Amino acid sequence: MSNSNFTRRGVLKTSAIAGAGLALPTYLRAASDSGFTNAPTGSTVTLGFNVPQTGPYAEEGLDELRAQELAVQHLNGEGDAGMMNTFSSKALKGNGILGKKVEFVTGDTQTKSDAARASAKSMIEKDGAVMINGGSSSGVAVAVQGLCQEAGVIFMAGLTHSNDTTGKDKKANGFRHFFNAYMSGAALAPVLKNAYGSDRRAYHLTADYTWGWTQQESMQAATEAMGWETVNNVLTPLASTDFSSYIAPVLNSGADVLVLNHYGGNMVNSLTNAVQFGLQDKMVNGKQFEIVVPLYSELMAAGAGANVRGVIGSMNWNWQLQDEGSKAFVKSFGEKYGRPPSNSAHTCYVQTMLYADAVERAGTFNPCGVAEALEGFEFDGLGNGPTLYRADDHQCFKDVLVMKGTENPTNEYDTLEIVEVTPRAQVEYAPDHPMFAGGELGKCNPGA
Amino acid sequence: MLGLGKRDTSLVIIVTLMALLAPFILNPFPTESAMAQFNAGYPDLLQRFVIFGIFAIGFNLLFGLTGYLSFGHAAFLGIGSYAVVWMYKLLDYNIVPGLVLAIIVSGLFAVLIGYISLRRSGIYFSILTLAFAQMMFAISYSDLIGRFFDTSITNGETGLQVYTSDPQILLNDWESVPHLLGLVEMRSTYILDAGAWSFSFNAGYYFCAIIMILAFYLSVRIFRSPFGLMLRAMKSNQQRMTYTGLNTKPYALAAFVISGMYAGLAGGLLASMDPLAGAERMQWTASGEVVLMTILGGAGTLIGPVLGAGFIKYFENIFSKINDTVLHQWFSFMPDGLEDAMVFIVHPFIGKGWHLTLGILFMLVVIFLPGGLVEGGQRIARLFARRKDTAPKETQSTPAE
Repeated sequence: MSNSNFTRRGVLKTSAIAGAGLALPTYLRAASDSGFTNAPTGSTVTLGFNVPQTGPYAEEGLDELRAQELAVQHLNGEGDAGMMNTFSSKALKGNGILGKKVEFVTGDTQTKSDAARASAKSMIEKDGAVMINGGSSSGVAVAVQGLCQEAGVIFMAGLTHSNDTTGKDKKANGFRHFFNAYMSGAALAPVLKNAYGSDRRAYHLTADYTWGWTQQESMQAATEAMGWETVNNVLTPLASTDFSSYIAPVLNSGADVLVLNHYGGNMVNSLTNAVQFGLQDKMVNGKQFEIVVPLYSELMAAGAGANVRGVIGSMNWNWQLQDEGSKAFVKSFGEKYGRPPSNSAHTCYVQTMLYADAVERAGTFNPCGVAEALEGFEFDGLGNGPTLYRADDHQCFKDVLVMKGTENPTNEYDTLEIVEVTPRAQVEYAPDHPMFAGGELGKCNPGA
Repeated sequence: MLGLGKRDTSLVIIVTLMALLAPFILNPFPTESAMAQFNAGYPDLLQRFVIFGIFAIGFNLLFGLTGYLSFGHAAFLGIGSYAVVWMYKLLDYNIVPGLVLAIIVSGLFAVLIGYISLRRSGIYFSILTLAFAQMMFAISYSDLIGRFFDTSITNGETGLQVYTSDPQILLNDWESVPHLLGLVEMRSTYILDAGAWSFSFNAGYYFCAIIMILAFYLSVRIFRSPFGLMLRAMKSNQQRMTYTGLNTKPYALAAFVISGMYAGLAGGLLASMDPLAGAERMQWTASGEVVLMTILGGAGTLIGPVLGAGFIKYFENIFSKINDTVLHQWFSFMPDGLEDAMVFIVHPFIGKGWHLTLGILFMLVVIFLPGGLVEGGQRIARLFARRKDTAPKETQSTPAE
C-alpha cells in the first residue's frame, strides 16, 4: 500500500471517535440491583406467550393465543373486562399490572421440548419477559417449567394434563391451573359405573409418552377400584395416524370397554377407526360395547365429528357452564372472535389473570413474591367455582366436568354436553400420593 | 500461519472476528427501537448459531468432501446431548467430562452406523443412515431400552433432565447450573449498556465460539490435507479410484466418523448450554435441517455451512416471533384500510408461517445461486472487482492433462 491515510487530521478524527465510543458504556446494568430476572424498569411489563403455532396441537395453541390477547386487553382496561368483574379478588384495576401497561411477545413451541425452550429463552433473554404462559403438551410444559425455574421467571402452565407436571417434575416457579390425569380418573369412575355398571372389562390404548402413561395409570386405578377389570394396555407411538391395527385385536380380547388414552390428532384418528370398526354396535359378554375418552377438548370433538356422539370423557372447563364468570368470559371472547373459547383458551386466560392478580397482591414482580401470593390462594368467579392453588405442589383444585358427545347437535360448536360437575372434594388427593411422588418443589428462584 | 495458506489464514481470521464480535454485529438496532425485533444478539440464539455452525461444519466434511449424503446426522446430535446430561446426573454440572464422553460415544456409534451404511452409496446410503437415525429416535422417544431394564435412560418424550434425587457424586453445594471446571457458569452474562444499545456477553456463548473456531480451523486443515484430497477424489470418481487398486472404504468411514464426532460435540454443547436432552433432536427433521444448512450456505465450501446454519436459525427464532400486533405497529403510519391490507398480505409469512418464508428463500437460493450463499458473496465480490480492474482475464482454465 503506497497511499496511507495517516495524516495528522485523520488520526485526530479517528481517535476522537474511538474515544467517544469507549466513553459511551456509561454504566453496567447490574441485574442484581432489582434482585430478580427481568425486573420491569419502564412503564410497561412484558409477558411471554409460548404456544404451539405449528404441529399437531397448533389449533389449541392459536385458541390459547386469542385468549391471552383478550386477557392483556382486559388487564389494560380495554374491552368489557371479562372475568375481572366476577373474580373474587378485586386487586386488578384495569390499569395494567402495578400501574404498568401490559405488553406481550409470542413464540412457537412447535410441540417440541427443544423448540419450546428456545422460544421461551428468547422471550426471557431478548424481550425481557417476566412470566411465561401457555403450551399444549405435558412434555413441553415440563421442559419449559424446568427452564423457567433455572432462569428465575414464573411459569403459568397452559394445557398440561400429565400427573408429572405437578408430580415428579414439579418446580417452585411453575404453577398449573389445568386439572390432571388423576382428577380425570377420579371424576370419571363414578359416572362410568352408573352408566355402564361395575362389571366391565377394559382395554386401554395409550399414547406412548408422559401424559399417556399417567393417564392410563390413573384410569386403571380408578376403574379397578370400582370393580372393573383391565384386560390389556397397548402403547401406541405418538406419531401414529392409523390405529386400525391396534383396534382389530380389541374385538377378540373379550373386553367390552375401550379406553382411548389419546389426545389431539391421535384421539381423532383412533376414535374414528374404532367407530368405523363398528365397536359401538357390538355386544360383548352380553353388554353393549362402549368407548371412553378420558380427556376431551372442543377442538378434538369438532375434529372427530359424529364419532364422539355418546362417548364419555372429562374436561377442565366448558363454555356451556352457566356461572357468572364463564358467561362473562364466553361473552367477551365471542364478541371479539365470533366463536366460543375452548378449555385450553380458558385456562390460559385464567392463568394470565391469576398471575396479574398475584403480582398486584404481592406488590412486586419478583417471582418469589408472586409465588408466595399464589400459594394457598383461594379464589372464585373464574369459571370453575371455588378453587385452591395448593402450596404443596402448585396444583389448582376445583370441580371437574364429565362430558358426553352430544347426540343431536344443534350447531357446529354444540359437540359436547355436560353430564356431571364432579365436586372438588371427590378429586382431591394427598400431596404425597404415589402417582405424584418422586419430585421436589425446591426453592423459588428469582434469577439474578 | 499455523500451517495454513494465505487465503485460508484470512478466512480463519474473518471467522474468528465474526464469532468474537457477534454480540455487537447481531445487535445493530437500539433496544427500544421498532427494529429491535430483528436483533439476534441474545445469548440463546448466539449459542445456537455457533453450535449449529459446528454441526454443519462437521456435516460438510462428509457431504462436501466425499459427496455421501447422510440423512441421519441428527442421531449423533442426540447422542451427544444424552451423554452430557447423563454426566450431569452421575457426576456433577461440570461440562468437560460430558463433552469428552459425547465425542467418544458419538464416534463409536458413527463407526457402527458408518460401517454398515457405507457398504452402499448414493441414495441407498442416505436411506440407511435415515433408517438408523429414525430407529434411534423411536428408541429414545419411547425409552425402549430404559423400559427393558425397568429404568429410564432417555426419559422418553419429556426429555432427560437432572433431578435432585440423582446421584451426582461430585456435586458441590454451589453447583446448580452447568459450568466449566468451576471457573465460570455457562449462563453468566455481562450486559453492556452503550447509549441506546444493549449488548450481552455470555460465557457459554464464548465457550462455544472458541470451540467453533477450533472446529473450523480443524476442518480447514482437513480440507487442505492429502486426506481431504483423497476424499474429494472419491467424490469426483469413486470407480476410477477403485480401479487404481485403492480401497476407498477406510477413507469414507474415517470421514463419516469425524463428521459424527463433530455432530456429537455440537449435541453435547447444546446440553451444556441448556441441561436438557430431548428425543426431537434425533428426528428426521433435524437431520434434514443440517442438509438444508449446508446446501443453503454452499456445500463443499469452508464457510458456507456456518452461514447456512446462522441463516436458518435466524429465521426459526426471529421470524417465528413476529405476530400481528407487531405488524400493526409497523404499518401504523398507513391509513386504516391500507394498514389492514398490508398486515393481511404479510401475515402468512411471519409467526407460524416462518417455514413458508424459509422455503421460498431456499428455493430462490437453490435456483439462482446453486453454490449457496457463498456463491452470492462471490458474485458480489466479482462485481466490485470488475469495476476496479478492467484488465482482460484468462477465461479458460488450463487443462490438467
